[in-house]
Amino acid sequence: MSVQVDARGFSCPQPVILTRKALEKGQFPIEVLVETVTSRENVRRVAEKAGCRVSVEEVGNEFKLIITKE
Amino acid sequence: MTRFFSSRWGIITAGAVIGVLAPLLQRFGNPPNMGICVACFERDIAGALGLHRAAVVQYIRPEIIGFVLGALIAALIFKEFKPRTGSAPIVRFVLGVFAMIGALVFLGCPWRALLRLAGGDWNAILALLGLITGIAIGIWFLKNGYNLGRSHQAKPVVGWIMPGIMVLLLLLVIFQPAFYGFNEDGSRAGPIFFSVKGPGSLHAPLLISLAVGLIIGFLAQRTRFCTMGSIRDVILMGDTHLISGVGALLVVAFIVNLLLSQFHPGFAAQPVSHSNHLWNFLGMMLAGLAFALAGGCPGRQLFLAGEGDGDAAIFVTGMIVGAAFAHNFNLAGSPDAVVEGVLKVGGPSPYGMAAVAIGLVVCLLIGFSARE
Repeated sequence: MSVQVDARGFSCPQPVILTRKALEKGQFPIEVLVETVTSRENVRRVAEKAGCRVSVEEVGNEFKLIITKE
Repeated sequence: MTRFFSSRWGIITAGAVIGVLAPLLQRFGNPPNMGICVACFERDIAGALGLHRAAVVQYIRPEIIGFVLGALIAALIFKEFKPRTGSAPIVRFVLGVFAMIGALVFLGCPWRALLRLAGGDWNAILALLGLITGIAIGIWFLKNGYNLGRSHQAKPVVGWIMPGIMVLLLLLVIFQPAFYGFNEDGSRAGPIFFSVKGPGSLHAPLLISLAVGLIIGFLAQRTRFCTMGSIRDVILMGDTHLISGVGALLVVAFIVNLLLSQFHPGFAAQPVSHSNHLWNFLGMMLAGLAFALAGGCPGRQLFLAGEGDGDAAIFVTGMIVGAAFAHNFNLAGSPDAVVEGVLKVGGPSPYGMAAVAIGLVVCLLIGFSARE
Protein backbone atom coordinates (compact mmCIF):
# COMPACT_ATOMS: atom_id res chain seq x y z
CA MET A 1 0.00 0.00 0.00
CA SER A 2 1.58 3.26 -1.08
CA VAL A 3 1.53 6.52 0.85
CA GLN A 4 -0.57 9.19 -0.90
CA VAL A 5 0.37 12.86 -0.90
CA ASP A 6 -2.18 15.11 -2.60
CA ALA A 7 -0.42 18.41 -3.30
CA ARG A 8 -2.68 19.43 -6.18
CA GLY A 9 -3.43 23.13 -6.26
CA PHE A 10 -0.72 24.02 -3.78
CA SER A 11 2.09 26.25 -4.94
CA CYS A 12 5.61 25.71 -3.73
CA PRO A 13 6.92 25.20 -1.15
CA GLN A 14 3.82 23.30 0.08
CA PRO A 15 4.24 20.27 -2.23
CA VAL A 16 7.87 20.01 -1.15
CA ILE A 17 7.03 20.37 2.55
CA LEU A 18 4.34 17.67 2.27
CA THR A 19 6.72 15.39 0.37
CA ARG A 20 9.45 15.87 2.95
CA LYS A 21 7.04 14.96 5.75
CA ALA A 22 6.19 11.74 3.92
CA LEU A 23 9.88 11.01 3.26
CA GLU A 24 10.66 11.45 6.97
CA LYS A 25 8.10 8.77 7.86
CA GLY A 26 10.17 6.35 5.80
CA GLN A 27 7.26 4.40 4.33
CA PHE A 28 7.60 3.67 0.59
CA PRO A 29 6.50 3.92 -2.15
CA ILE A 30 5.13 7.46 -1.94
CA GLU A 31 2.74 8.80 -4.58
CA VAL A 32 2.69 12.57 -4.91
CA LEU A 33 0.04 14.32 -7.01
CA VAL A 34 0.90 17.80 -8.31
CA GLU A 35 -0.46 20.07 -11.02
CA THR A 36 2.38 22.28 -12.22
CA VAL A 37 5.70 21.45 -13.83
CA THR A 38 7.38 23.65 -11.22
CA SER A 39 6.00 21.50 -8.41
CA ARG A 40 6.93 18.34 -10.34
CA GLU A 41 10.55 19.47 -10.67
CA ASN A 42 10.77 20.68 -7.06
CA VAL A 43 9.34 17.44 -5.64
CA ARG A 44 11.61 15.42 -7.92
CA ARG A 45 14.64 17.38 -6.69
CA VAL A 46 13.87 16.97 -3.00
CA ALA A 47 13.23 13.23 -3.39
CA GLU A 48 16.37 12.62 -5.45
CA LYS A 49 18.37 14.60 -2.90
CA ALA A 50 17.06 12.20 -0.24
CA GLY A 51 18.51 9.33 -2.29
CA CYS A 52 15.22 8.11 -3.76
CA ARG A 53 14.19 7.08 -7.25
CA VAL A 54 11.43 9.08 -8.89
CA SER A 55 9.22 8.15 -11.82
CA VAL A 56 6.60 10.46 -13.27
CA GLU A 57 3.26 9.68 -14.90
CA GLU A 58 1.25 12.39 -16.59
CA VAL A 59 -2.43 11.90 -15.80
CA GLY A 60 -4.57 14.37 -17.73
CA ASN A 61 -3.65 17.82 -16.45
CA GLU A 62 -1.78 16.43 -13.44
CA PHE A 63 1.43 14.65 -12.59
CA LYS A 64 1.80 11.60 -10.39
CA LEU A 65 5.29 11.14 -8.96
CA ILE A 66 6.12 7.72 -7.58
CA ILE A 67 8.98 7.83 -5.09
CA THR A 68 10.75 4.62 -4.18
CA LYS A 69 13.75 3.87 -1.99
CA GLU A 70 16.55 1.87 -3.60
CA MET B 1 16.10 21.72 -23.38
CA THR B 2 13.65 21.52 -20.48
CA ARG B 3 16.26 19.57 -18.49
CA PHE B 4 18.85 22.29 -19.09
CA PHE B 5 16.56 25.05 -17.82
CA SER B 6 15.72 23.14 -14.66
CA SER B 7 19.38 22.27 -14.05
CA ARG B 8 21.78 24.26 -11.90
CA TRP B 9 23.46 25.64 -15.03
CA GLY B 10 20.05 26.76 -16.26
CA ILE B 11 19.34 28.88 -13.21
CA ILE B 12 22.91 30.22 -13.19
CA THR B 13 22.49 31.22 -16.84
CA ALA B 14 19.26 33.06 -16.04
CA GLY B 15 20.91 34.94 -13.16
CA ALA B 16 23.96 35.78 -15.28
CA VAL B 17 21.80 37.08 -18.16
CA ILE B 18 19.92 39.38 -15.75
CA GLY B 19 23.30 40.41 -14.32
CA VAL B 20 24.44 41.53 -17.79
CA LEU B 21 21.21 43.09 -19.03
CA ALA B 22 20.22 45.12 -15.95
CA PRO B 23 23.41 47.23 -15.76
CA LEU B 24 23.23 47.62 -19.56
CA LEU B 25 19.72 49.04 -19.22
CA GLN B 26 21.22 51.69 -16.94
CA ARG B 27 23.75 52.43 -19.65
CA PHE B 28 20.89 52.78 -22.13
CA GLY B 29 19.04 55.24 -19.91
CA ASN B 30 17.39 53.58 -16.92
CA PRO B 31 18.03 55.24 -13.52
CA PRO B 32 21.29 54.48 -11.67
CA ASN B 33 21.34 51.14 -9.82
CA MET B 34 17.83 50.62 -11.19
CA GLY B 35 18.41 48.68 -14.38
CA ILE B 36 15.51 46.56 -13.23
CA CYS B 37 13.38 47.08 -10.15
CA VAL B 38 10.01 45.38 -10.17
CA ALA B 39 8.67 47.43 -7.26
CA CYS B 40 9.94 50.76 -8.64
CA PHE B 41 8.72 49.98 -12.14
CA GLU B 42 5.25 48.94 -11.00
CA ARG B 43 5.20 52.14 -8.94
CA ASP B 44 6.10 54.09 -12.10
CA ILE B 45 3.25 52.37 -13.95
CA ALA B 46 0.83 53.28 -11.13
CA GLY B 47 1.99 56.89 -11.53
CA ALA B 48 1.74 56.84 -15.32
CA LEU B 49 -1.89 55.77 -14.98
CA GLY B 50 -2.53 58.62 -12.56
CA LEU B 51 -3.15 56.35 -9.58
CA HIS B 52 -0.63 58.48 -7.72
CA ARG B 53 0.58 61.95 -8.66
CA ALA B 54 4.24 61.88 -7.57
CA ALA B 55 5.46 63.65 -10.71
CA VAL B 56 9.01 62.26 -10.64
CA VAL B 57 8.06 58.56 -10.75
CA GLN B 58 5.64 58.15 -13.67
CA TYR B 59 6.36 55.99 -16.72
CA ILE B 60 4.92 52.84 -18.27
CA ARG B 61 7.93 50.55 -17.90
CA PRO B 62 8.15 48.13 -20.84
CA GLU B 63 10.33 45.78 -18.75
CA ILE B 64 7.30 44.84 -16.63
CA ILE B 65 5.20 44.25 -19.76
CA GLY B 66 8.02 42.10 -21.17
CA PHE B 67 8.28 40.04 -17.99
CA VAL B 68 4.64 38.96 -18.18
CA LEU B 69 4.53 38.47 -21.95
CA GLY B 70 7.92 36.71 -22.06
CA ALA B 71 6.73 34.28 -19.40
CA LEU B 72 3.46 33.84 -21.32
CA ILE B 73 5.34 32.97 -24.54
CA ALA B 74 7.57 30.47 -22.71
CA ALA B 75 4.59 28.90 -20.97
CA LEU B 76 2.68 28.56 -24.26
CA ILE B 77 5.65 27.07 -26.16
CA PHE B 78 6.40 24.54 -23.42
CA LYS B 79 2.72 23.82 -22.69
CA GLU B 80 2.87 25.13 -19.14
CA PHE B 81 0.16 27.79 -19.50
CA LYS B 82 -2.32 26.71 -16.83
CA PRO B 83 -5.07 29.15 -15.87
CA ARG B 84 -5.69 28.73 -12.15
CA THR B 85 -6.99 30.76 -9.20
CA GLY B 86 -8.83 30.48 -5.91
CA SER B 87 -6.05 30.40 -3.33
CA ALA B 88 -7.20 33.28 -1.10
CA PRO B 89 -7.01 36.04 -3.74
CA ILE B 90 -8.05 38.90 -1.44
CA VAL B 91 -5.37 37.91 1.09
CA ARG B 92 -2.80 37.94 -1.71
CA PHE B 93 -4.00 41.40 -2.71
CA VAL B 94 -3.35 42.70 0.81
CA LEU B 95 0.05 40.99 0.91
CA GLY B 96 0.87 42.70 -2.39
CA VAL B 97 -0.12 46.10 -0.99
CA PHE B 98 2.10 45.76 2.08
CA ALA B 99 4.94 44.13 0.14
CA MET B 100 5.01 47.25 -2.04
CA ILE B 101 4.84 49.65 0.92
CA GLY B 102 7.76 47.83 2.59
CA ALA B 103 9.76 47.83 -0.65
CA LEU B 104 9.14 51.55 -1.24
CA VAL B 105 10.21 52.45 2.30
CA PHE B 106 13.58 50.91 1.30
CA LEU B 107 13.24 52.12 -2.33
CA GLY B 108 13.54 48.84 -4.17
CA CYS B 109 12.55 45.22 -4.57
CA PRO B 110 14.99 42.33 -3.90
CA TRP B 111 16.23 42.56 -7.51
CA ARG B 112 17.13 46.20 -7.02
CA ALA B 113 18.69 45.41 -3.62
CA LEU B 114 21.05 43.03 -5.47
CA LEU B 115 21.71 45.56 -8.24
CA ARG B 116 22.33 48.32 -5.68
CA LEU B 117 24.81 46.07 -3.90
CA ALA B 118 26.48 45.28 -7.23
CA GLY B 119 26.74 49.04 -7.83
CA GLY B 120 28.41 49.68 -4.46
CA ASP B 121 25.36 50.96 -2.55
CA TRP B 122 26.05 49.37 0.83
CA ASN B 123 22.58 50.31 2.13
CA ALA B 124 21.44 47.22 0.25
CA ILE B 125 23.22 45.11 2.86
CA LEU B 126 20.78 46.29 5.54
CA ALA B 127 17.90 45.67 3.15
CA LEU B 128 19.04 42.13 2.34
CA LEU B 129 19.44 41.37 6.05
CA GLY B 130 15.89 42.66 6.54
CA LEU B 131 14.70 40.56 3.61
CA ILE B 132 16.28 37.42 5.09
CA THR B 133 14.72 38.19 8.50
CA GLY B 134 11.27 38.67 6.98
CA ILE B 135 11.57 35.45 4.98
CA ALA B 136 12.75 33.59 8.11
CA ILE B 137 9.59 34.72 9.92
CA GLY B 138 7.55 33.51 6.93
CA ILE B 139 9.33 30.15 7.08
CA TRP B 140 8.37 29.79 10.74
CA PHE B 141 4.74 30.08 9.61
CA LEU B 142 5.30 27.62 6.73
CA LYS B 143 6.78 25.09 9.17
CA ASN B 144 3.78 25.53 11.42
CA GLY B 145 1.20 24.68 8.82
CA TYR B 146 0.66 28.04 7.11
CA ASN B 147 -0.77 27.98 3.61
CA LEU B 148 -3.30 30.00 1.66
CA GLY B 149 -5.19 26.96 0.44
CA ARG B 150 -5.36 25.22 -2.90
CA SER B 151 -5.87 26.95 -6.20
CA HIS B 152 -8.09 25.35 -8.82
CA GLN B 153 -7.86 25.03 -12.56
CA ALA B 154 -9.86 27.84 -14.09
CA LYS B 155 -11.35 29.03 -17.34
CA PRO B 156 -8.75 30.28 -19.85
CA VAL B 157 -9.94 33.88 -19.42
CA VAL B 158 -8.50 33.87 -15.87
CA GLY B 159 -5.03 33.34 -17.27
CA TRP B 160 -5.36 35.82 -20.10
CA ILE B 161 -6.46 38.90 -18.10
CA MET B 162 -3.01 39.97 -16.87
CA PRO B 163 -1.29 39.45 -20.25
CA GLY B 164 -4.22 41.40 -21.75
CA ILE B 165 -3.64 44.29 -19.34
CA MET B 166 0.04 44.25 -20.31
CA VAL B 167 -0.83 44.48 -24.02
CA LEU B 168 -3.05 47.46 -23.20
CA LEU B 169 -0.17 49.11 -21.30
CA LEU B 170 2.09 48.44 -24.28
CA LEU B 171 -0.37 50.20 -26.58
CA LEU B 172 -0.48 53.16 -24.18
CA VAL B 173 3.32 53.51 -24.09
CA ILE B 174 3.57 53.16 -27.88
CA PHE B 175 0.81 55.59 -28.84
CA GLN B 176 1.02 57.88 -25.77
CA PRO B 177 -2.49 59.36 -26.06
CA ALA B 178 -2.83 62.96 -24.83
CA PHE B 179 -6.58 63.54 -24.51
CA TYR B 180 -5.96 66.53 -22.22
CA GLY B 181 -2.95 67.92 -24.10
CA PHE B 182 0.17 69.13 -22.34
CA ASN B 183 1.01 71.37 -19.37
CA GLU B 184 3.26 74.44 -19.65
CA ASP B 185 6.32 72.48 -18.46
CA GLY B 186 5.82 70.01 -21.30
CA SER B 187 4.41 67.24 -19.09
CA ARG B 188 1.31 65.33 -20.09
CA ALA B 189 -2.04 66.35 -18.64
CA GLY B 190 -3.60 62.91 -19.06
CA PRO B 191 -4.86 60.28 -19.46
CA ILE B 192 -1.31 59.01 -18.92
CA PHE B 193 1.47 60.85 -17.12
CA PHE B 194 5.19 60.61 -17.88
CA SER B 195 7.83 62.23 -15.67
CA VAL B 196 9.79 65.08 -17.26
CA LYS B 197 12.38 64.98 -14.46
CA GLY B 198 13.48 62.53 -11.76
CA PRO B 199 13.86 58.75 -11.98
CA GLY B 200 10.65 58.37 -13.99
CA SER B 201 12.12 60.46 -16.81
CA LEU B 202 15.16 58.17 -17.06
CA HIS B 203 14.51 55.20 -19.27
CA ALA B 204 16.11 53.12 -21.98
CA PRO B 205 14.52 53.20 -25.48
CA LEU B 206 11.17 51.39 -25.54
CA LEU B 207 12.24 48.54 -27.83
CA ILE B 208 15.37 47.79 -25.81
CA SER B 209 13.45 47.77 -22.51
CA LEU B 210 10.75 45.56 -24.00
CA ALA B 211 13.25 43.14 -25.54
CA VAL B 212 15.16 42.79 -22.27
CA GLY B 213 11.88 42.23 -20.43
CA LEU B 214 10.82 39.52 -22.89
CA ILE B 215 14.19 37.73 -22.67
CA ILE B 216 14.20 37.77 -18.88
CA GLY B 217 10.52 36.82 -18.67
CA PHE B 218 11.15 33.85 -20.94
CA LEU B 219 14.25 32.66 -19.06
CA ALA B 220 12.75 33.21 -15.63
CA GLN B 221 9.60 31.27 -16.50
CA ARG B 222 11.71 28.33 -17.64
CA THR B 223 14.08 28.40 -14.67
CA ARG B 224 11.63 29.57 -11.92
CA PHE B 225 14.06 32.34 -10.96
CA CYS B 226 12.92 33.80 -7.61
CA THR B 227 14.88 35.92 -5.14
CA MET B 228 12.61 35.20 -2.16
CA GLY B 229 12.47 31.50 -3.02
CA SER B 230 16.27 31.34 -3.18
CA ILE B 231 16.64 32.46 0.43
CA ARG B 232 13.62 30.43 1.59
CA ASP B 233 14.93 27.21 0.06
CA VAL B 234 18.32 27.59 1.74
CA ILE B 235 16.84 28.23 5.20
CA LEU B 236 13.96 25.76 4.89
CA MET B 237 15.80 22.80 3.39
CA GLY B 238 19.42 23.66 2.61
CA ASP B 239 18.58 23.71 -1.12
CA THR B 240 21.04 25.96 -2.97
CA HIS B 241 19.49 25.57 -6.44
CA LEU B 242 17.75 28.95 -6.77
CA ILE B 243 20.36 30.90 -4.83
CA SER B 244 23.06 29.90 -7.30
CA GLY B 245 21.09 31.96 -9.85
CA VAL B 246 20.80 34.91 -7.49
CA GLY B 247 24.54 34.64 -6.75
CA ALA B 248 25.28 34.64 -10.48
CA LEU B 249 23.17 37.80 -10.90
CA LEU B 250 25.10 39.57 -8.14
CA VAL B 251 28.58 38.58 -9.32
CA VAL B 252 27.94 39.25 -13.01
CA ALA B 253 26.20 42.59 -12.35
CA PHE B 254 29.18 43.63 -10.19
CA ILE B 255 31.64 42.78 -12.99
CA VAL B 256 29.53 44.53 -15.65
CA ASN B 257 29.24 47.60 -13.39
CA LEU B 258 33.03 47.67 -13.02
CA LEU B 259 33.44 47.44 -16.81
CA LEU B 260 30.90 50.23 -17.38
CA SER B 261 32.34 52.42 -14.58
CA GLN B 262 29.03 52.14 -12.71
CA PHE B 263 30.53 50.93 -9.41
CA HIS B 264 30.61 53.67 -6.74
CA PRO B 265 30.95 52.23 -3.22
CA GLY B 266 29.54 53.97 -0.17
CA PHE B 267 26.52 54.52 2.07
CA ALA B 268 25.66 58.20 1.77
CA ALA B 269 23.82 59.90 -1.09
CA GLN B 270 23.66 56.82 -3.33
CA PRO B 271 21.30 57.23 -6.31
CA VAL B 272 17.58 56.89 -5.46
CA SER B 273 18.54 55.53 -2.07
CA HIS B 274 18.63 56.58 1.58
CA SER B 275 21.04 55.64 4.36
CA ASN B 276 18.45 55.33 7.12
CA HIS B 277 19.66 51.89 8.22
CA LEU B 278 16.83 50.95 10.56
CA TRP B 279 14.13 51.64 7.98
CA ASN B 280 16.04 50.02 5.13
CA PHE B 281 16.07 46.92 7.32
CA LEU B 282 12.46 47.13 8.54
CA GLY B 283 10.98 48.07 5.16
CA MET B 284 12.53 45.06 3.48
CA MET B 285 11.70 42.84 6.45
CA LEU B 286 8.02 43.64 5.87
CA ALA B 287 8.43 43.00 2.13
CA GLY B 288 10.27 39.71 2.75
CA LEU B 289 7.56 38.46 5.08
CA ALA B 290 4.83 39.39 2.59
CA PHE B 291 6.69 37.71 -0.31
CA ALA B 292 7.23 34.55 1.77
CA LEU B 293 3.56 34.38 2.77
CA ALA B 294 2.53 34.91 -0.88
CA GLY B 295 5.07 32.39 -2.22
CA GLY B 296 7.18 34.57 -4.52
CA CYS B 297 9.17 37.76 -5.00
CA PRO B 298 7.64 40.53 -7.18
CA GLY B 299 9.45 39.25 -10.26
CA ARG B 300 8.27 35.70 -9.75
CA GLN B 301 4.69 36.90 -9.27
CA LEU B 302 4.85 38.55 -12.71
CA PHE B 303 6.19 35.36 -14.32
CA LEU B 304 3.50 33.27 -12.60
CA ALA B 305 0.87 35.76 -13.78
CA GLY B 306 2.24 35.23 -17.30
CA GLU B 307 1.77 31.46 -17.08
CA GLY B 308 -1.87 31.80 -16.03
CA ASP B 309 -1.76 32.10 -12.25
CA GLY B 310 -4.68 34.40 -11.41
CA ASP B 311 -3.66 34.59 -7.75
CA ALA B 312 -0.21 35.92 -8.68
CA ALA B 313 -1.98 38.43 -10.93
CA ILE B 314 -3.96 39.62 -7.91
CA PHE B 315 -0.72 40.02 -5.94
CA VAL B 316 0.69 42.14 -8.79
CA THR B 317 -2.49 44.25 -8.76
CA GLY B 318 -2.07 44.64 -5.00
CA MET B 319 1.48 45.87 -5.50
CA ILE B 320 0.40 48.47 -8.07
CA VAL B 321 -2.42 49.69 -5.81
CA GLY B 322 0.00 49.61 -2.85
CA ALA B 323 2.36 51.87 -4.79
CA ALA B 324 -0.45 54.36 -5.29
CA PHE B 325 -1.18 54.34 -1.55
CA ALA B 326 2.54 54.60 -0.77
CA HIS B 327 2.81 57.91 -2.62
CA ASN B 328 -0.66 59.34 -1.96
CA PHE B 329 -0.27 58.72 1.80
CA ASN B 330 3.40 59.85 1.84
CA LEU B 331 4.67 56.45 2.98
CA ALA B 332 7.59 55.88 0.57
CA GLY B 333 11.13 56.63 1.67
CA SER B 334 12.70 59.84 0.41
CA PRO B 335 16.24 59.56 -0.93
CA ASP B 336 19.32 61.10 0.71
CA ALA B 337 19.93 64.64 -0.45
CA VAL B 338 22.97 66.91 -0.35
CA VAL B 339 21.81 70.46 0.45
CA GLU B 340 24.54 73.13 0.24
CA GLY B 341 27.21 70.53 0.82
CA VAL B 342 25.44 69.00 3.84
CA LEU B 343 24.10 65.46 3.70
CA LYS B 344 20.43 65.20 4.56
CA VAL B 345 19.69 61.56 5.38
CA GLY B 346 16.41 60.44 3.84
CA GLY B 347 14.02 57.70 4.86
CA PRO B 348 10.31 57.27 5.42
CA SER B 349 7.98 59.85 6.96
CA PRO B 350 6.35 59.05 10.32
CA TYR B 351 3.39 57.86 8.24
CA GLY B 352 5.65 55.44 6.39
CA MET B 353 7.01 54.13 9.68
CA ALA B 354 3.47 53.60 10.96
CA ALA B 355 2.52 51.85 7.71
CA VAL B 356 5.42 49.40 8.10
CA ALA B 357 4.31 48.66 11.67
CA ILE B 358 0.71 48.14 10.53
CA GLY B 359 1.93 45.97 7.66
CA LEU B 360 3.94 43.76 9.98
CA VAL B 361 0.94 43.32 12.30
CA VAL B 362 -1.36 42.49 9.35
CA CYS B 363 1.14 39.98 7.92
CA LEU B 364 1.56 38.30 11.31
CA LEU B 365 -2.22 38.08 11.69
CA ILE B 366 -2.47 36.52 8.22
CA GLY B 367 0.34 34.12 9.14
CA PHE B 368 -1.30 33.02 12.38
CA SER B 369 -4.84 32.81 11.03
CA ALA B 370 -4.03 30.81 7.88
CA ARG B 371 -2.46 27.86 9.70
CA GLU B 372 -4.00 24.42 9.47
